[in-house]
Formats: sequence, structure tokens, C-alpha cells
Amino acid sequence: MLKSLQINPEKCTGCLQCELACSYENEGLFNPAKSRIKVFNFHDQGRMVPYTCTQCDDAWCMSACPVDAISVDAETGAKVVSDAACVGCKVCTIACPFGTVNYNAASGKVIKCDLCGGDPKCASACPTEAIAYVDANWTGLDKMRGWAEKTDSGAQAEA
Amino acid sequence: MKHVIVGAGPAGVVAAETLRKGDANAEIQIIGDEPEPPYSRMAIPYLLNGAIAEDGTYLRKTAGHYDDLKIGYSQGRVEAVAAGDNSLTLAGGDKVAYDRLLLATGARAVQLPVPGMDLAGVHNCWTLADAREIAKLAKKDSNVVLIGAGFIGCIILASLLKLAGNLSVVEMEERMVSRMMDGTAAGMLKRWCESKNVEVLTSSRVKAIEAASEGAGDKSVVLEDGRKLNAHLVVLAVGVAPNMDFLDGSGVATDDGILVDEHLATNVENIYAAGDVAQGPDFSTGGHMVHAIQPTAVEHGRIAALNMLGHNPLYKGSLIMNVLATAGLVSSSFGKWDGVKGGDSGAQTDEDNYKYLRLQFDGDRLIGALAIGMTEHVGVMRGLITNRTPLGAWKDRLLANPNRVMEAYVANSQL
Ligand SMILES: Cc1cc2nc3c(=O)[nH]c(=O)nc-3n(C[C@H](O)[C@H](O)[C@H](O)COP(=O)(O)OP(=O)(O)OC[C@H]3O[C@@H](n4cnc5c(N)ncnc54)[C@H](O)[C@@H]3O)c2cc1C
Ligand code: SF4
Repeated sequence: MLKSLQINPEKCTGCLQCELACSYENEGLFNPAKSRIKVFNFHDQGRMVPYTCTQCDDAWCMSACPVDAISVDAETGAKVVSDAACVGCKVCTIACPFGTVNYNAASGKVIKCDLCGGDPKCASACPTEAIAYVDANWTGLDKMRGWAEKTDSGAQAEA
Repeated sequence: MKHVIVGAGPAGVVAAETLRKGDANAEIQIIGDEPEPPYSRMAIPYLLNGAIAEDGTYLRKTAGHYDDLKIGYSQGRVEAVAAGDNSLTLAGGDKVAYDRLLLATGARAVQLPVPGMDLAGVHNCWTLADAREIAKLAKKDSNVVLIGAGFIGCIILASLLKLAGNLSVVEMEERMVSRMMDGTAAGMLKRWCESKNVEVLTSSRVKAIEAASEGAGDKSVVLEDGRKLNAHLVVLAVGVAPNMDFLDGSGVATDDGILVDEHLATNVENIYAAGDVAQGPDFSTGGHMVHAIQPTAVEHGRIAALNMLGHNPLYKGSLIMNVLATAGLVSSSFGKWDGVKGGDSGAQTDEDNYKYLRLQFDGDRLIGALAIGMTEHVGVMRGLITNRTPLGAWKDRLLANPNRVMEAYVANSQL
């Protein structure tokens, strides 16, 4: 059974441990600005929402890539960028309707969540279980699926 | 069932793969007229700047990919389509029969209608063959003149600058990338290029290219105002034209491209079209438009194939969108970046730091966007536009501060 990141915004306290863990794991430094998961703070509603790629089935980033640089990790289902193949054209960053693929000018490549190869550090760093790594059929994913469906230019396309 | 696909670019290849996914037994044949394995034109700038070798431009990297999928790929140039008996004629006279035909022949780069186009060292930048010629001449300290500062011109600019050092850009419009940028954005881009020592001549028309006897470079680009720019290499990026001449007499209707309906079907039974050659439904206007961009080519390829398989999905039209880096400055544009009558628009401009974001609304929905210097969460603008998300109270927040666009999306989808 594939697992996915389950986000429970109501449990998030905004401590940013996830951002620190992510940037350390992937960039080798504790710098939230380099994190692939981002906590959005809605002051007026007193809500925090951690947000990152949900490894969607449609994977617009993957199909838009002109050089086959994004592929599916067979074990985790994550859509993973190959740094060797990525030319940094950024087409995936505009194709992803969730805004979760970002261009890193320093490396000239794009970065996105890859589930840390099956041991996502954001989830293990989160002290309140606002981020958990669980079996993939939790209902929260439906929100993303709904969004994905609306984006599809051939909505009834998959037979 | 035999599916024949003409053209081995992204549209053709994605269509072939989608056909195979949907039908394990169908015969699938791609016919392409370029000598290389299917590759991506988009990767050419990165071949030129040395980031990848030629095989880095190939659309698929796994050895045996097409054989494994039992997708036939043959070299050949299609010269005629006989819709009456479901067959094609190749250069050389061979005939190929089809049950379903996909035309994915893309576009070609056009020349300028001025004298001197045939001089040595004047090249388009459209194919791998062009790229090899450009790489030979764009040597350190050589003079390069790039004609055309449109979308493609601005992408290859960085590679030319890196290779040669001395670069002039000639654009007949009054601003760079006029089809995806307003005056503020294009002004920033020009200033940025000039700060990198690129000479940018807007509102300048080329009158001729002629052999030069003095100065560096063996030719000069002569402008209408009489100025002459000496060059070792002249690169043309002045527009593209669809590859559809072979359809003469076939009965397939064309306009700016091959006309296709919401099934990517042409007016002739069993014939479909996809990619740069197709004039298909446009998300923003509801009309038909040639997009000539990679994301649309891929969507066309997939949806055309699903229709060829008989699933008949309706195509809602793709959103025109672009992202480019011009000598390092990243810009992107989406949909109706220039707005609609009666709509509202909010912008944030930071000239000193080369940052700009303009959002366009129709009612409380985002319909277009234009960004300079933005590299985080850019795709969300595509999502908000194509999902026609009613933004409610967030619209005013975005008018006041467009940079909160990702927050607006998270608030509308996750809270
Ligand atoms: C330098 C450069 C940079 C680019 N950068 C970007 C970018 O950043 N973002 C973006 O979205 N797009 C970009 N593009 C555009 C993008 O590459 C095209 O939109 C895309 O290649 C279209 O795919 P296609 O399959 O429709 O056509 P093509 O890729 O052109 O493939 C069509 C194929 O059909 C062949 N063919 C034509 N006629 C025949 C015939 N009669 N018989 C047999 N074969 C035939 C052609 O030779 C070609 O190989 C760029 C293009 C270039 C040149
Ligand atoms: S930036 Fe890299 S991963 Fe993204 S589409 Fe371009 S080559 Fe593919």
C-alpha cells in the first residue's frame, strides 16, 4: 500500500519544525526558505496550514517535462526530479496547478517534495502529528483530487 | 486498428504512448522527418550552453523505450494525404495506410523577407541541426546578432551570451516579448539585458544582411535606419509557421494551423491534429488558437489519442502560458495577462530588484497573470485560472498585495 503525507491543519502550531527538517534533509542547512513544505499562516483566522506536493496521479509536472526528468519512484509513488536530466526549463513549475514545484536559481534545477525516499523528515519532525505519513487513501486527498479534476483540460479524459 | 502519427515531437510521442496505454494490441507507427531519435526542441538552449549533450534533448531516456512499447518509429517525410482511401504518401513514393491518423508535424522557424538570408552563418535556432551550426560559430569573443526578441529569442539569448560574449538583439516591436509582456515587464527585461552588456535595439527593423569587408565578423546586419551591426553569427528567431503544406488537396481544413474541434479531430473523418500545428480550443477566449508551446502540445497529444481510442473525451482547451529565463531573469505569463474589458487588475512593482507581479481578474476570478523574478509557487496561478476559482474576499487582498496569491489558493482549497 502506497503511503502519503496526511496534513491536519487544525493540529499545526506553526512551529516550523517541518520546514527546518526538510531544508536540512534536502539542502543541508536549516533554512525554511529552502524547504519544500511550507506553512501558511492565516493570522486573521488563527490557522496554520502546512502544504506541499501530494504526488498527484495526474502529475502535470511529469507530463509537461520535455526531457523525461521527472519519474515515479516505484516504491513510494513520489514524482521525483532527476538532477542529471533536468535542464532547468521551468515548464513544470508553471504546469503544476498546486504551485508545488519551485525553481532553484542556485542549482539551475527545480525542487519538489520527493517524500525523502519513503521516510519524510517533515512528518518525523512534526511534534503534533499535523503531518503524518499514512496509507494513501485518507479522505483529505479528495480535496486535491477535486482541484486536479478541475484543472484537467480534458476533464472526462480518463476512460 | 492501425494508428499512424506524423511527427515525432512531444505531441506525437505522448499520443503514441497514450494509445499504447489504452490499447495493448493496436499497431502504432510514428513517422518523423528528422534524423535523430525523438527529441525536444525546448532543450536546445541547454544543449547550446553546455548543460547537456545531444542525448539530453531526447524526449525519452530509457533505452529501447519505443520498442518495449511496440511503437514503430520510422524516418520519412509525408508529402500527401489521401483521405478517400485512408493513406499517406511518403517522399520517394511509398504509401502507408492508416485507420486513424494524427497530424503532429509542428511548426518551422520562418526567415525574414530581406536579402542576405542565404549568407553563411545565418541560422534559425529551431532544430538540432541548427544548434550544431550555431555552436560552431558562437565562439568566445565572436559577435552575435540575434534577430527577434520574442519568447524563443529571449530563451536562447542567455546561451548565446554565454558562448559568445558580444551580443546584440534586434526587435522590430517597441518592446521585448510583446506577446507575453506589458510595458513594465518588458522594460525591466530590457534594462536587465543591458546590465548584462547585451545591446537591445527595439523598434528596429532589419533591411538586409550583407557581406562585410571591415570590422569584426564577415557580415553585417543592416537596419532600416542605416545602422550596421557586424557579426560572425546571425541567429533568427522571428516567428514560426505550421508544417501543413502537405495537406494541400487533402480536404483537411486549415487556417493559422490545422483546425480541430473539441475532440482534436479535423473536419475529415479519422484524421486528428495536435501540437504546434493544431489550431485548437483556447481556454481563455473560447476561440481557436495556435499556442505553439510545450504544455499544450503534450495535452493535445494525450487527448487526441484518447479520442482516437474511441473514448471521446471533450477537450476544454489549454491555457496559454510561458516561463522563460532571459540571461537569468525568470519571467512567466498566463492566459489573459493583459486583462479583459471591465476586469480589475492589481500589481506590485519593484524596479530596483527586478520584481513584478500583475494579476488580472474578471469578477472575482483570476484570468491572467504576469510575473518577473518569481520562482516560488508560480504554478498556482495556472491552477487558480483553469479552475475558475471564485476568490471572494481574497480578490481585494490580492488587488492590494498580489504576492499573496499562493496564500489565496491554500485558503480556498485547504481551509
Ligand atoms: C529553442 C526553442 C525553445 C523553446 N522553448 C520553449 C519553452 O520554454 N516553453 C515552451 O512551452 N515551448 C518552448 N518551445 C516550443 C516547443 O518546443 C514546441 O511547442 C514543441 O516542440 C511542439 O511540439 P510538437 O510535437 O507539436 O512539434 P515539434 O516538436 O516541432 O515536432 C514535429 C515534428 O514533425 C516533423 N515533421 C514536420 N512535417 C513533417 C512531415 N511532412 N513528415 C514527417 N515529419 C514531419 C518535424 O520535423 C518535427 O520533428 C521552444 C522551441 C524552441 C525551438
Ligand atoms: S525544469 Fe527540469 S524537471 Fe522541470 S520540466 Fe524542465 S527539465 Fe523537466
